[in-house]
Amino acid sequence: MRESSIVADWSADKAAFRVPWGKAMMWIFLLSDTFIFGSFLTGYMTVRISTTAAWPNPSDVFSLVINGTKLPLILIAIMTFILISSSGTMAMAVNYAYRRERKTAARLMLATAAFGAMFVSMQAFEWSKLIAEGVRPWSNPMGAAQFGSCFFMITGFHGLHVTAGVIYLSVIARRVLRGDYEARGNYDIVEIAGLYWHFVDLVWVFIFALFYLW
Amino acid sequence: MEPVLEHPHGPPIGLYLKVWGLLFVLSTLSYLVDFFHLQGQLRWTLILALMIAKAGLIVAIFMHLRWERRALIAVILIPPLALMVLVAMMFVEADYTFLTRMAFFR
Repeated sequence: MRESSIVADWSADKAAFRVPWGKAMMWIFLLSDTFIFGSFLTGYMTVRISTTAAWPNPSDVFSLVINGTKLPLILIAIMTFILISSSGTMAMAVNYAYRRERKTAARLMLATAAFGAMFVSMQAFEWSKLIAEGVRPWSNPMGAAQFGSCFFMITGFHGLHVTAGVIYLSVIARRVLRGDYEARGNYDIVEIAGLYWHFVDLVWVFIFALFYLW
Repeated sequence: MEPVLEHPHGPPIGLYLKVWGLLFVLSTLSYLVDFFHLQGQLRWTLILALMIAKAGLIVAIFMHLRWERRALIAVILIPPLALMVLVAMMFVEADYTFLTRMAFFR
């Protein structure tokens, strides 16, 4: 029987996943989070299909005028690139942590957190702009009333995740820098924090495609 | 699917940089879908294809799922399929609500 067989892993009274428990638990947590965001996006789909009023065109709603040219969705595009870059630095931080180059790993984690903070700031700007234009969870001047509740709920919950991630990464980066994990040389925690961060980027991929581009 | 990474520190940095670049290209393409005002089937197909490609890269490479054991991969990838059932049911339900509203509340 193949060593990696799923039957072999499940059929004995032993740890099934053979990964550090923290990593298995983070994956289970992310699975539950997938269901939360999945339900939000399904709810959004449901109200968008069933409304008889015209859905506001996100391309126009999220456009910015820069130097006299109206660019559709430009802020959202920049936010997407920032979040992808933060995932890139995070992946590298995990690599350096396993090499036990803790200073580089911590710096890359802090860079990731900085990208995250930039993302949240731009989201705060976007929220303020929309609120100033009269978008509310119950109504908006552009079309279907459900637009506001979907927007604030989905991006708000995602922004909350990014904010939590920034704090989480900063705390772990500080511990890595301080050498808390040097004694045992176990840097699994960086990979576990990384999983959370990549998940936040992953959710944004779906929000970008289904809410902003659709 | 190797159970243990060949490299002791995980995949090489070069792979991450390549995936990073690829994610930038895919995001630019999805932005261009909107920029050039593509409409209808073509727009939806492109948006979904680019979304799935990006999600796949993040999960497989950045989250290392490609190198995990099959027992863990199954636990992570199979349950979200239940969400697809929810989506299908709500799609039908929303369509029905829309038609009802068109008939009675216009």
